[in-house]
Amino acid sequence: MKVLVPVKRVLDYNVKPRVKADGTGVDLANVKMSMNPFDEIAIEEAVRLKEKGAATEIVVVTIGVAKAETDVLLTARAMGADRGILIQTDDEIEPLAVAKLLAKVAEEEQPGLIILGKQAIDDDSNQTGQMLAALLGWAQGTFASKVEIAGDRVHVTREIDGGLETVDLKLPAIVTTDLRLNEPRYATLPNIMKAKTKPVAKKTVADYGVDVTPRLKTLKVVEPAKRQAGIKVGSVDELVEKLKGMGVA
Amino acid sequence: MKTLVWVEHDNQSVKDATLSTVTAAAKLGEVHLLVAGKGVSAVAEAAAQIAGVGKVHVADDAAYEHFLAENVAPLVVQLMDSHDAVLFPATTTGKNVAPRVAAALDVMQLSDILSVEGPDTFTRPIYAGNAIATVQTSDKKLVITVRGTAFDKAAATGGSGTVEAVAAAGDKGLSAFVGAEIAASERPELTSAKVIVSGGRALGSQEQFHALIDPLADKLGAAVGASRAAVDAGYAPNDYQVGQTGKIVAPMVYVAVGISGAIQHLAGMKDSKTIVAINKDEDAPIFQVADIGLVGDLFTLVPELTEKL
Ligand SMILES: Cc1cc2nc3c(=O)[nH]c(=O)nc-3n(C[C@H](O)[C@H](O)[C@H](O)COP(=O)(O)OP(=O)(O)OC[C@H]3O[C@@H](n4cnc5c(N)ncnc54)[C@H](O)[C@@H]3O)c2cc1C
Ligand SMILES: Cc1cc2nc3c(=O)[nH]c(=O)nc-3n(C[C@H](O)[C@H](O)[C@H](O)COP(=O)(O)OP(=O)(O)OC[C@H]3O[C@@H](n4cnc5c(N)ncnc54)[C@H](O)[C@@H]3O)c2cc1C
Repeated sequence: MKVLVPVKRVLDYNVKPRVKADGTGVDLANVKMSMNPFDEIAIEEAVRLKEKGAATEIVVVTIGVAKAETDVLLTARAMGADRGILIQTDDEIEPLAVAKLLAKVAEEEQPGLIILGKQAIDDDSNQTGQMLAALLGWAQGTFASKVEIAGDRVHVTREIDGGLETVDLKLPAIVTTDLRLNEPRYATLPNIMKAKTKPVAKKTVADYGVDVTPRLKTLKVVEPAKRQAGIKVGSVDELVEKLKGMGVA
Repeated sequence: MKTLVWVEHDNQSVKDATLSTVTAAAKLGEVHLLVAGKGVSAVAEAAAQIAGVGKVHVADDAAYEHFLAENVAPLVVQLMDSHDAVLFPATTTGKNVAPRVAAALDVMQLSDILSVEGPDTFTRPIYAGNAIATVQTSDKKLVITVRGTAFDKAAATGGSGTVEAVAAAGDKGLSAFVGAEIAASERPELTSAKVIVSGGRALGSQEQFHALIDPLADKLGAAVGASRAAVDAGYAPNDYQVGQTGKIVAPMVYVAVGISGAIQHLAGMKDSKTIVAINKDEDAPIFQVADIGLVGDLFTLVPELTEKL
């Protein structure tokens, strides 16, 4: 079974996002960009499926700027993906259009499983996997904390509001990763060197004949209202007083 | 505009997340509801009481019992022939189903809206709430998920909606429910609690987490939350996680115990009315947002606090 893993290049999670003064967005010039953390979990899961013999080949795909090849596709191959696809564009592509492009890739590649992150930590949309499932007419196991292949089915344990839920899905299927699915391995330097010999196919959005015209227009981006730091109390007694004052104790 | 609101329920009662979603929908126009589930006549009756609602569409079928997206999304899509917008609470059910509906309608979803600025314009958080974007859609139909803490709750009673059955769209045969582990708790739900006590990595073990955090929460009638580090370490269950990638909460009082205040954690609780932090490091980032800080060792301060309340 082939596994397809879409990965996104995002602002590194350790970097504090800064809103541009002109209100057009978040400043991404000269800041560290990395693979979306949920996508590292997705690759790790694919690699583990391959190590267990449940998967035969891992293909990673990213839609983004040319630098995504070195920022994310290389890391993905160093972690264990077999080959990459870069769909190059300088435009911001919305989840619906990303899903349409990925659906085309899925038609070409015929994977048995597609593993995505549950959300990208920049736009926090939490949409792409579910949209892709709808477009392909496949089952979806979102927010996965456990994935088990059983013949032509996959069992997915999902993190839901009240606890955990397990669903049984027909393959091919979509899985989106939650934080507790696994702990991704590091891409070691020797593996990064070796990964450079693994192939990357370079494509453009036009190659897929998908209309990626945005449906949403960002009118402005502002910083949220800032909270002011309050006071420090010197003792538990003082804290008890304050809590009583608020009527909660 | 005619809107459809997804009623969040457990086949027995209507969940509070529905009420804030109704408030958001009312800003767009007429509010109709969809109750999909199994054996949901009591839920439908209750939903019809919500202030300001019109029709309550009820789809009662075994295929909807567990809200599997593969079965539920086509039902919603069908109802969108006669509605202009569908709004889901941004719960795990809403987040699972809404994008499947959006893609089927060829619509770009608006996730986790914070406000309605106009019939096609909304604000939503990006970058873990470090930025707020105002976005305008050009789509003809709207598919929206609503952040519960950003809208007041509609009154649960006083309405007089009319209940109307809709034909089920059936089981698509793609997915089946196997089982669930839902922890029964006497405590209030995290997302609707007035007071929350959250524990972090500093608690050190599952035993200590429960020995310190639970009694304090009991004294305050609070729900219990946790940081990702505490959940990853197994001190607390997954669904306790507060933050960018966990639950978004905004209680009257949020007590953070042994939590450093990483941006991903703050994203989930910084809209709380009052934040109380207990941390031994006086430079911990949590103190930059805390209204009341107490510096010291939680292993002595928390038992003392519980004792004195
Ligand atoms: C401030 C700001 C303003 C913006 N304004 C606009 C605008 O005006 N117009 C516009 O078109 N776009 C705009 N965008 C960008 C666009 O909305 C996002 O890039 C897009 O919404 C992707 O959302 P997401 O990554 O949060 O999706 P999610 O659904 O959260 O992503 C989930 C998963 O999908 C996969 N995935 C997502 N994207 C890709 C990708 N590119 N390649 C491979 N896999 C992927 C990954 O596995 C990821 O983990 C803006 C973004 C920002 C931050
Ligand atoms: C993709 C991604 C998503 C994430 N999503 C979330 C999320 O949704 N929610 C979330 O919480 N995190 C999230 N995180 C993790 C986040 O970055 C932090 O790692 C995490 O919040 C830290 O948890 P903590 O504050 O409990 O632990 P730490 O940062 O280790 O802080 C422990 C604190 O306890 C204090 N302390 C230690 N001993 C004592 C003592 N005896 N008495 C008093 N104080 C003491 C220390 O001074 C310190 O400030 C995410 C990270 C990533 C990469």
